[in-house]
Amino acid sequence: MKSSRFASLGGWLVTLPLTIFGLLLVTFLIGRVMPIDPVIAIVGDRAPVDVYERVRLELGLDRPLYEQFWRYCVAIFHGDFGRSVMTSRPVLQDIGRFFPATLELATLATILGVAFGVPMGVFAAVRQDSWADYVIRVLGLIGHSVPVFVLGLIGLVVFYAKLNWVAGSGRINVAFDDIVDPITGSLLIDAAIQGEWEVFRNAVSHIVLPAGVLAYFSLAYIARMTRAFMLEQLRQEYVTTARVKGMSERRVIWRHAFSNISVPLITVIALSYANLLEGSVLTETIFAWPGLGQYLTVSLLNADMNAVLGATLVVGAVYLGLNLLSDLLYRIFDPRAR
Amino acid sequence: MSRTAELRSWLITDTPASRAQARWGRMYLSWLAFRRNPLAFGGLIVALAFAVIAVIAPWLATHDPAAQNLAGRLAAPNAANWLGTDELGRDIYSRLLYGTRITLGMVVMVVVLVAPVGLIVGATAGYLGGWPDRILMRITDIFMAFPRLILALAFVAALKPGLTNAVIAIALTAWPPYARLARAETITIRNTDFVAAARIQGASTPRILVRQIMPLCLSSLIVRVTLDMSSIILTAAGLGFLGLGAQPPSPEWGSMIATGRRFILEQWWVATMPGLAIFIASLGFNLLGDGLRDVLDPKQR
Repeated sequence: MKSSRFASLGGWLVTLPLTIFGLLLVTFLIGRVMPIDPVIAIVGDRAPVDVYERVRLELGLDRPLYEQFWRYCVAIFHGDFGRSVMTSRPVLQDIGRFFPATLELATLATILGVAFGVPMGVFAAVRQDSWADYVIRVLGLIGHSVPVFVLGLIGLVVFYAKLNWVAGSGRINVAFDDIVDPITGSLLIDAAIQGEWEVFRNAVSHIVLPAGVLAYFSLAYIARMTRAFMLEQLRQEYVTTARVKGMSERRVIWRHAFSNISVPLITVIALSYANLLEGSVLTETIFAWPGLGQYLTVSLLNADMNAVLGATLVVGAVYLGLNLLSDLLYRIFDPRAR
Repeated sequence: MSRTAELRSWLITDTPASRAQARWGRMYLSWLAFRRNPLAFGGLIVALAFAVIAVIAPWLATHDPAAQNLAGRLAAPNAANWLGTDELGRDIYSRLLYGTRITLGMVVMVVVLVAPVGLIVGATAGYLGGWPDRILMRITDIFMAFPRLILALAFVAALKPGLTNAVIAIALTAWPPYARLARAETITIRNTDFVAAARIQGASTPRILVRQIMPLCLSSLIVRVTLDMSSIILTAAGLGFLGLGAQPPSPEWGSMIATGRRFILEQWWVATMPGLAIFIASLGFNLLGDGLRDVLDPKQR
């Protein structure tokens, strides 16, 4: 349903710039209505009046709002997101450091979610109303009802504290810090490329639990949608025809019915990937995962507004990009949408 | 004929004598369909139970939810404290009961803010068509393209953490789907004969919108609201967990989990009990919403 959100590709060409404009406007307005004085955040509340006034003029806060907004947009497009008060580095540089960790987590979770969710959805549809179908449906229902941070906490207690199967919070043990050079940004891939298998194993035991928790939510969504799509196809007459022809059941399911649902499925997967980026905010807090989500929440609690707005903007842009991608894929692969 | 049988045949008659009879008859038939679905019925029970608990919490609670008892802090579930006590010795069972007030209050506030806005925007856009439609739907698209939780986080951060601001933030991110839904419904009915008849009789556009169009959008909107409630509950709990929702010492479930998190390894009940409460509440609304959708809106399956 979400993929038919925009009437045509032309609609996207209008909507995309407008949405980016809206994103900029909203972050700008949030930055203006906040009760924290941005000047005091820089000079401190004991600064003399003339220093305060000078910084205020430097920041352009005496100009009319529309001019401030224009300057804000220009700065963003030049990659200037301002400086983080907390880390005292440029915000964009911070985001560059933290984003790969989030991307690695969300990507692994999506891969797991697809690998388990799609076959489960197909199986549930083929065996509709069997006990396996009920189990899969209940799993999906729980995935819609349990808060991600509760599942993360339960996971930590069971698999880390009680069973000791996985490593605890963080991305890697301190002892293994800085052994592998960041090449791709994904610790798993970097360690594998450089043959540091001990680091690789340690990283795996750290990522398995948070990725598994996120994967469960993507699995619940993907399996539910796959099941619904497949049920619709299996009711069609061409499926009956194929069966009457004497075609094997496996071929009917995978070659005929499944290839017809692959297009809507791609858009579902892209949407679930976008939602995982969002879900990572809470997950990263639970697992102390050094990603963008944790950067965002820590900055929030420290009232580090440049960092908050920068991270919001980046997550929003990626979310938007994935939405656009899912829509484009739909148009390219589905002949009916052309 | 007994009175109930009489009532029943009055309700299910094929030739209702009045508008009220037809309306009650439809509701009765929907209810019969709904009752056949045990999961949906369970969801209804859970939702009603939460509403009742929220109202009569003071009579069900065994302790004052704010009363501290440092001597009995972090006690395991026992005869006096049925679900144990937290880090200040407060009774978790009583706090959970009072927490339903906060959670359901937030849900109701968000729905009251969001549903009318979505209904008005969507029905107006769908009925008028043309450029008002295009402008309103572009605005809706823009809001829909934002990641919900992230936007709510940024809003709360700017406005100062607290219950009211959390409600405003969730409402700001929750209205667009309602507008889309109301618009889709409106488009299917705006060219029907009864709307045309009202127009010919000289009814003004606002009157047609309010009297003819909006009532017919209600049933799909109600389904959507029920399905949305669990996601509102989860977002509210998430904000509370991050310390951006209701502030301590108020017994909000998300913030209770956040404090309980520190003791999760030794005193698991402090965080697990509110987690269970959130899960049951949101599962109940999910089941209820699924059931209502099957009854009221079969085409959406």
